[in-house]
Amino acid sequence: MFPAPIEHASPAARTLYRLAVLATLALWLAPLAAVALTSVRPIEDLNRGNLWGWPSELALLENYAAVLGGSRMGRFIANSFLVTLPAVAGAVAVSALAGFALAKHAFPGNRALLAVFVAGNLVPFQVLMIPVRDLMLALGLYDTRWALIVFHVAFQTGFCTLFMRNFIRALPDGLLETARMEGAGELKVFWHVVLPLVRPAIAAVSVLVFTFVWNDYFWSLVLVQSDDVRPLTAGLQSLRGMWQTSWQLVSAASILAALPPVALFFLMQRHLITGLTFGARRG
Amino acid sequence: MHGLPTALLLAPACVLFALFVVWPIAGSLWLSLHEWNGVGVPAWVGLANYRELLADPVFHTALANNLRWLAGYVLAPVLGLAAALLLNQQIAGMRLARSLFFMPFVISQVVVGLVFAWFFNARFGPLGGFALLDSERWSIYALIVAGLWPQSAYCMILYLTGLASIRPELVEAARMDGARGWALLRHVVLPQLRPVNFIVAMVCVVSALRSFDYVMVMTLGGPHNSSTVLAFYMYEQTFLGLRYGYAATIACVMLALMSGIVGMLLWRLLRLERA
Repeated sequence: MFPAPIEHASPAARTLYRLAVLATLALWLAPLAAVALTSVRPIEDLNRGNLWGWPSELALLENYAAVLGGSRMGRFIANSFLVTLPAVAGAVAVSALAGFALAKHAFPGNRALLAVFVAGNLVPFQVLMIPVRDLMLALGLYDTRWALIVFHVAFQTGFCTLFMRNFIRALPDGLLETARMEGAGELKVFWHVVLPLVRPAIAAVSVLVFTFVWNDYFWSLVLVQSDDVRPLTAGLQSLRGMWQTSWQLVSAASILAALPPVALFFLMQRHLITGLTFGARRG
Repeated sequence: MHGLPTALLLAPACVLFALFVVWPIAGSLWLSLHEWNGVGVPAWVGLANYRELLADPVFHTALANNLRWLAGYVLAPVLGLAAALLLNQQIAGMRLARSLFFMPFVISQVVVGLVFAWFFNARFGPLGGFALLDSERWSIYALIVAGLWPQSAYCMILYLTGLASIRPELVEAARMDGARGWALLRHVVLPQLRPVNFIVAMVCVVSALRSFDYVMVMTLGGPHNSSTVLAFYMYEQTFLGLRYGYAATIACVMLALMSGIVGMLLWRLLRLERA
């Protein structure tokens, strides 16, 4: 193991190590701490220049109530969920089906198709902007949540398919053959044999897609324009224009926007990291 | 052997990917050879957009800024590896420490951008002395600093995964031979992290070239276009300039840049593997 395990070091070194970790973390998370503190400050603190100290009084309720009650924040949050959750379901379904075919069916062009999925995912997605926007206009989906859902499912399919394919490939062929001998069709094999065995992969893909789609800003700007369907990221930026220098409100709204992916991360950490470090592991 | 089922299983993914990823790439390439304001029929102009782009000073700034972004993101693996080495211990509370360190990566770039915009705000920010965003010379670096925060966190998690899979017997053997610290890291650990380095390089290149959110949130490319990047300039040319063909040309340059760099990385990887 590298570096050498700290538990073999002297007690003094161990204490020093713990302090170093704590200090690094405090510095690293200082921006977040500042925002969290600002989100509970009264406006007077900001005007007085009290930006790092303890809030003079706790304005938690006022600020968050002002954000949720005095703006369209609630609508934006709902929109983000209404886009993100269907996009997750869609990406999982589409990529599991395709991943199964790519993993367990031999056909000419199998490798080439996989390469297309991988390469497509590396493309700077802004390159797709004008044609995708035109396509959504032509399909009548522009400025609806469907435009975002459909595009995100399509774009995320690249990586998710690769991930699913590698996971499904590791399943023993014997299991599938047994089901086929009993007369099960490929869809039945997929549903009753493959799906129950790839739950961890589904979990990884789900948290990954949730995080990406929830945090997407670019497509929220390009594919929708009305407040009724606008997701949180784009909504936040438009609220900032309204709030100007009321940074306590901007901060409270930022915390609200960050909360769902952070909560999901802490709940499903292992799965998210499996997805994100895909390719960095050996074998 | 499973002809029809295979096609059915692949159909949804292929149709969606072809329609919304592959076809639009072709669409942008085609559009870059045309002049179009979004209505009516695009007019063929050949390579005129590319010639204009070569002489466009804002394009030069944007391209240079993307390269600065790329250069700045070299710090992400450095910080990430340092953090990974710091946190690669098995003691109580380590899991939580790693999660907290990684947290900036799961937060939206809009939020990160807002936080740093506030930090670098001259009048109201807690770091008011560094009003970097108002400076033509420094604003781009303020954006890169904001981007480095989550990017380093991502690199850390990749390196932690890499460190967990290095072969302990090699490290122990080197220790027996008296290798310590820096020498051990350089000659024994780093060579084993090569696959991780490749992934790290890829994710940093991809995100440096895609950078848009921070620009949109923190500076709108200003002051005086000094902090614009290709993605943002393309967005501006589309929605403010209504020059779709010209915007598509910028998009194609981004694509070429991406393909060039990824090609180079792959070539290097293949050569290293053969060696």
